[in-house]
Amino acid sequence: MTVRVQSAPFDFGVEGTAFAAGLPSGAIVTFTGLVRDPGGLVAMEIEHYPGMTERAIAGMVADATTRWSLDGALVIHRHGRLAPGEPIMMVATAARHRAEAFQAAEFLMDYLKSRAPFWKKEIGADGAAWVAARDADEDALNRW
Amino acid sequence: MIEVLYFAWVRERIGLPREKVETNAATPRDLVAELSAREERYAMAFADLSALRVALDQDLSDFDAPLAGVREVAFFPPMTGG
Repeated sequence: MTVRVQSAPFDFGVEGTAFAAGLPSGAIVTFTGLVRDPGGLVAMEIEHYPGMTERAIAGMVADATTRWSLDGALVIHRHGRLAPGEPIMMVATAARHRAEAFQAAEFLMDYLKSRAPFWKKEIGADGAAWVAARDADEDALNRW
Repeated sequence: MIEVLYFAWVRERIGLPREKVETNAATPRDLVAELSAREERYAMAFADLSALRVALDQDLSDFDAPLAGVREVAFFPPMTGG
């Protein structure tokens, strides 16, 4: 189980291949989130709470491993200033069969959205605005 | 003495990322009231607690949890990770 919180970019292909190497799993699920440009976005700034971030994500990963039989899990989440199109974060899960790997990845994604202490700010040509949390993201936690 | 941290727009409104606060507040709600009485910028940042979250020693908590023994309190808006 690996958690990395970093400002540096990453290559999700390279990370996914490295994650899968040597695992006995029949199924690897990877999800990568990119900086979306709704039009006019100059950059995305991501603030986080050093210490709590790593602790919160490690807790989610530990929780996932008690719910599903996983051979491995990887979470990478960036902070700092990101350009449109750059990867923000990725989740990878490995399990014997795909259902467990998919569910664990979705669980981790849902929790990262609303329970990992990151805050996104969109920087546009005309100013900046904090991204508001969505009720739908909070509601998504109820299914677990 | 307690370490108080602010993130995102809470940090921007208050104008600093962290400070040490001398307080006997029993809960985060009491601490918020103390700070809000101190200066307008705190009152503005803490105007609507339903729009805020609090962490005690880096664990998500609530505004009525006991502060006894806590070394670090953080106030921030709902998280937007992922």
